[in-house]
Amino acid sequence: MNYFPDEVIEHIFDFISSHKDRNSISLVSKSWHKIERCSRKRVFIGNCYAINPERLIERFPSLRSLTLKGKPHFADFNLVPHEWGGFVHPWIVALAKARVGLQELRLKRMVVSDESLELLSRSFASFKSLVLVSCEGFTTDGLASVAANCRHLRELDLQENEIEDHRGQWLNCFPESSTALTSLNFSCLKGETNLAALERLVARSPNLESLKVNRAVPLDALTRLMSCAPQLVDLGVGSYENEPDQESFMKLMAAIKKCTELRSLSGFSEVAPLCLSAFYPICQNLTSLNLSYAAEIQGNHLIRFIQFCKRLQRLWILDSIGDKGLEVVASTCKELQELRVFPSDLHDEEDNDTAVTEIGLVAISAGCPKLHSILYFCKQMTNAALITVAKNCPNFIRFRLCILEPNKPDHTTSQSLDEGFGAIVQACKGLRRLSVSGLLTDKVFLYIGMYAEQLEMLSIAFAGDTDKGMLYVLNGCKKMRKLEIRDSPFGNAALLADVDKYRTMRSLWMSSCEVTLGGCKRLARNAPWLNVEIINENENNDLMERNEEDEREKVDRLYLYRTVVGARKDAPPCVTIL
Amino acid sequence: MSPEEELQSNVSVASSTRNIAGVLKEHNYLGLSDCSSVGSSNLSSLGDDDKATISLKATELTLGLPGSQSPARDTELNLLSPAKLDEKPFFPLLPSKDEICCSSSQKNIASGNKRGFSDAMDKFPEAKVSVYTEKNWMFPEAVVATQTVVKKEVSQNVPKGKQSTTNNSSSPPAAKAQIVGWPPVRSYRKNTLATTCKNSDEVDGRPGSGPLFVKVSMDGAPYLRKVDLRSYTNYGELSAALEKMFTTFTLGQCGSSGATGKDVRNETKLKDLLNGKDYVLTYEDKDGDWMLVGDFSWEIFIGVCKKLKIMKGSDAIGLAAAPAPRAMEKPKMRA
Repeated sequence: MNYFPDEVIEHIFDFISSHKDRNSISLVSKSWHKIERCSRKRVFIGNCYAINPERLIERFPSLRSLTLKGKPHFADFNLVPHEWGGFVHPWIVALAKARVGLQELRLKRMVVSDESLELLSRSFASFKSLVLVSCEGFTTDGLASVAANCRHLRELDLQENEIEDHRGQWLNCFPESSTALTSLNFSCLKGETNLAALERLVARSPNLESLKVNRAVPLDALTRLMSCAPQLVDLGVGSYENEPDQESFMKLMAAIKKCTELRSLSGFSEVAPLCLSAFYPICQNLTSLNLSYAAEIQGNHLIRFIQFCKRLQRLWILDSIGDKGLEVVASTCKELQELRVFPSDLHDEEDNDTAVTEIGLVAISAGCPKLHSILYFCKQMTNAALITVAKNCPNFIRFRLCILEPNKPDHTTSQSLDEGFGAIVQACKGLRRLSVSGLLTDKVFLYIGMYAEQLEMLSIAFAGDTDKGMLYVLNGCKKMRKLEIRDSPFGNAALLADVDKYRTMRSLWMSSCEVTLGGCKRLARNAPWLNVEIINENENNDLMERNEEDEREKVDRLYLYRTVVGARKDAPPCVTIL
Repeated sequence: MSPEEELQSNVSVASSTRNIAGVLKEHNYLGLSDCSSVGSSNLSSLGDDDKATISLKATELTLGLPGSQSPARDTELNLLSPAKLDEKPFFPLLPSKDEICCSSSQKNIASGNKRGFSDAMDKFPEAKVSVYTEKNWMFPEAVVATQTVVKKEVSQNVPKGKQSTTNNSSSPPAAKAQIVGWPPVRSYRKNTLATTCKNSDEVDGRPGSGPLFVKVSMDGAPYLRKVDLRSYTNYGELSAALEKMFTTFTLGQCGSSGATGKDVRNETKLKDLLNGKDYVLTYEDKDGDWMLVGDFSWEIFIGVCKKLKIMKGSDAIGLAAAPAPRAMEKPKMRA
């Protein structure tokens, strides 16, 4: 251990990149801790309120890349008020003040302001990469400052953010000298795009590998873009309202043919399916295909396209592909590792014959031996199907099944789906993430607690009967990090049974369950290292001012997480931190 | 939040609705009627009035028990007339014998709403039982408080896209109540798909209320398109737009000779082609019947048209049209 000089040890540590491993290294000894922290370049913070920026910088002075996550996962589904928190600004301020040589910032579910982006762009001379996922609070003006001031910008990746589009000229703000771009994704912008500026930018970026445009980029512009960027590996296509004429179509196809490096395709919202067929020439090279926004393309057209995609490893698709379509996927895509099937008819009004059922899932499991990750929205499921899937695919790492109707039983036996999910957790020894749905009793949680030894994240909705269900999980799943529960009858008994368990977890979310204010208060008293947040959007928010009686009040939403920095100061009125 | 509200929102209770025809219909706490065995067959045996009653009740956005509505409820939710408030509550204070029997006889369905009242009585820890027995299920005083909970839920539903506005007006009896955050699809995705689809099928044709998209298919074409009927003012405009849209297919069919890029030539070719091949424009009306386009005035037409289809004339023989000769002429694609 101490036989080597520090520099040698540091050099060895350079080869270790996984956060978990580096965290483990730092626990070995004081000297290793010091060497590790001083040499650490990349830090991942799963909950931005678990620590504050000052302490982060103190520990890791050589920080180059920071990943931050803000709002809890259920914020994606409108269960968290907008003003809840997750502001990145204090982080950027602190990093700027400490003159950290930040090069990369990746944010998920955080609130970002134009001011933050402006400060970011001016504070870090070697800033290279900005990745924003499901963030909000900024406009294209903020993007303009990033474009203008980050001289070495290589990556600007905006995924599914809510960005106010001022229809400005942010693309123009990239200086002519900026030629380092490798990745540009602005697919979530809703407004018009300066096509000329975009084309010039792409033309002077020889290293551009990933380009994802928004709806406003028409077909002929796309053709030109692809013509000057045949080196593209990852392409996101916009939307086209009009039919392409013969000539435009031929030109597009010619440009596509030249993109021999293209491996990943996405976009296609509101795209005439004809444009999809223009990509036939490069189908067989594709490893990743995201047609989950292509609501206009019918199942049979999707199927025809996918039949050519023999090397596909990742497929995101709408359930309009149907069970038949999934059978085609199963027979074609033998390399498939990840599948996501999203619901196309969110209003659930049409009698949707083309939606997917357990048949499609079983077909996929039978045909794709390398499948390890699935997100599947369907109308119905059976235990038999899940048992078969478990037998066919014991390698699942992520298994997320969402039966659209809450509490829906096995539609052939009318029983609960406990046995089906039980089979999944029993067979898939490496399962790390699980979402359950349908009719479920406490039994499924017994199975999960018993078998899901590697489970880190569990999402529960409308399931279980008693506190025992939650207890099985808390007691059994030693590696649990994130537990999120909604509309399930778990109460104080489960919440308070093992307070120390929450030391090992990142967070717990419970909404519309049976926990009461009294229970939460007791928890907060016994665990000062937890932030116990009560989110209550009712008119009467003065929970603390009510009398003792109200200890029995049920808590609408509870979000608790371990932290080393105590209660946060930026909570809005609807959030009470006990 | 008062315990009563929480009860209503959390505990799924198998309630039974006794309608006039005496058929039991189960609702879970979401206001859903179980689709498994009870539903549609019973529905069809009822008269129209009953259907309307049930459809109103079934679409009621209830977190609580059906019947626990408040008079001051948000107009969007107020599907039941005030008169109905005086009705005997659907769910009595304590489970009557027949309710429990009903729960157990339809055990599969009751277990679907697994937190049925009788189950709740049994399974919840003792401390809670007092809450259930001491207090009544129906609280006139808590009803007013309930509406704030429900209101908030609705306002949270609004950003989810078109769902709330379209569902409230004329939903089928088996409509799902709006559960916040369900299905668990990212709002970004929901909003994006909502904008893309601009759901045509559920728009009830309220005048001037926004675009009215209908799907247009053509025999021999590989895919559908959508047109906004409100963006045209007469059949001629619609016809011209459809011609333009579906030019590609007919040109494709006649070979590559049409690939000149000149619009005029294309249009002429199309017209000749269409006239030669005798395509007619048909539509599916609200009753599901396929009719020839052109019989009604434009305003009436856009009110009843659900889908459009460009059929070969030979396939269209026998479609409802009145009077026949005139109808055969009108809908043909014209320049």
